[in-house]
Amino acid sequence: MTEPILRVSDLTVRYGRRLATRQVGLELAAGEVLGLVGESGAGKSTVGRAVVRMLPECARVEAGAIRFRGRDLLAVSEAEMRRRRGADLALVPQDPLSALNPVFRLGVQATDALRIHRGLSRREGEREVARLLARMGIPDPIDILRRHPHELSGGMRQRVLLAMAFSCEPSLVVADEPTTALDVTTQAQILRILQGLQAERGVATLFVTHDLGVVAHLAHRVAVMYAGCLVEVAPTADLFRAPAHPYTEALLNASSGAPTPTSGAGGSPRGDDGPWSALTDAPCACPFRARCPRRLAACDEAMPLLREIAPARRVACHLHG
Amino acid sequence: MNGKLVTGGLVVALLLALALTGPWVAPHDPNRQDLGQIRTPPVWAGGSPAYPLGTDSLGRDLLSRLLWGARVALVVAASSAALAALIGVPVALVAGYTRGHVDTILMRVVDVWMSIPAVLLAIALMAVLGLGLWKVVLAIVVVDWTRFARVIRGEALALREREFVEAARAVGLSPARVMVEELLPNLWPLVIVLTSLEMAVAVGVEALLSFVGLGVQASVPSWGAMIAEGRGYLMVGWWGMGLPMLALVAAVVGFNLLGEGLRERLDPRLPTAA
Repeated sequence: MTEPILRVSDLTVRYGRRLATRQVGLELAAGEVLGLVGESGAGKSTVGRAVVRMLPECARVEAGAIRFRGRDLLAVSEAEMRRRRGADLALVPQDPLSALNPVFRLGVQATDALRIHRGLSRREGEREVARLLARMGIPDPIDILRRHPHELSGGMRQRVLLAMAFSCEPSLVVADEPTTALDVTTQAQILRILQGLQAERGVATLFVTHDLGVVAHLAHRVAVMYAGCLVEVAPTADLFRAPAHPYTEALLNASSGAPTPTSGAGGSPRGDDGPWSALTDAPCACPFRARCPRRLAACDEAMPLLREIAPARRVACHLHG
Repeated sequence: MNGKLVTGGLVVALLLALALTGPWVAPHDPNRQDLGQIRTPPVWAGGSPAYPLGTDSLGRDLLSRLLWGARVALVVAASSAALAALIGVPVALVAGYTRGHVDTILMRVVDVWMSIPAVLLAIALMAVLGLGLWKVVLAIVVVDWTRFARVIRGEALALREREFVEAARAVGLSPARVMVEELLPNLWPLVIVLTSLEMAVAVGVEALLSFVGLGVQASVPSWGAMIAEGRGYLMVGWWGMGLPMLALVAAVVGFNLLGEGLRERLDPRLPTAA
């Protein structure tokens, strides 16, 4: 792999007393799509937010570094961060309705990035965004930009948000569950558009989602998180063919509808022994042990570390020790 | 359209029209004394058609004084409400958006400020400043900017958590621009409603200050001062006190209805989007 454009290392974030992520390390090459998957509360969004440095106020980054094009984003000033956000580091938000200011026409807000970072006028910005929208197959983009957010469908709004994110030709896009608020057909269209934009411009994308199906189409590699820890990183095809971590396996089975190996053993995912206890625990056991169908003695004694089991494949599990 | 908005709007519009045209409509100089026509009753109660609403104890034409008084009331109300908004809204935006210590300090100041009885503070201020229209405005602003600060800050707090604020930050907007370009436009309806309600309060306070003799100068006809003058002769001529009171009540009720009507129409508590 060439020098990665984004390297997250040892990222540990805490919300109050709770750990949200524990020593997460990721790399993204230029033009690569990395799917970051996991269930709610696994810490995947926290990683995504940390990259654009927009964690909620109660969050504290305890350790780690986020190197983006050679600079540690956790160390730069807020002013520098503002210059980067929207310019070479863009965020596609989750809910396309609430992410748009209800009182403005779309043309006003969709051109924000271009006006701030490129110094374009609103009119020039609108032309630029309209071109992007036209390339997405929207018949009358200028008309769309003249409307207010509530006049458009969710899919249309998300297209505008995508156009916004890509308008300044960023080198990294963080997409935080961009299709979760949409219905399935719209979801597919948006993903196709995202894929098209991504491939055409060679934009590295950190795609945060809980939906493995989405990742299968879009991502080159997949990173699986569980209880704040990275449990497996693998090229997409390999991961789907032969998941190495029992949790990944359970996730795959869950999304394919097959009975999961954990459904009997683990009980309620939020039970006393669910992943949540692992977030406050000292790291002395595998966070997944309580739900794991293939638990070993070692799982109670030590937290498995992420190690390479094959080229480009890493997994944190004692089964592969 | 709702009844409150229409009624309040009509009353305020009428008031505005009278205040604007007052100098031309008024039959007499409001300060001209006709000592041969002291406490003439209104024309329907047996007065003279030269003084349609009668005269006061110095023989001054009540209609003319009421019209000029409307100008005073409206100027004070509009400018003090606007100035109070001009101070309160920025304070609220900064406090609500930045939160943390800034918010704590600003809101503590507001709390302390509001704990001082408003009328007492206004009277004390006027006693120090002396009489004058703009001093009345100043006193009202000093007393009432906290209303804006408190209410708007609450709304700003709620708005800052909305995702579009986050999205704006993700595009690289600075805090100042987020406040002005993202939060403020969403707060306009609330600001307008508050301004209208504040005008009702300001009209009342101005009348009150003039009533106790701490308002505008004696040469400027003010409803409050007219009520005070008429009070002494209530038993011999009700109109001296009753008519300015009627005008005052109409104005206060009108602004309140307008504010309430606007609130229902714009309801800032409902999300603006469909």
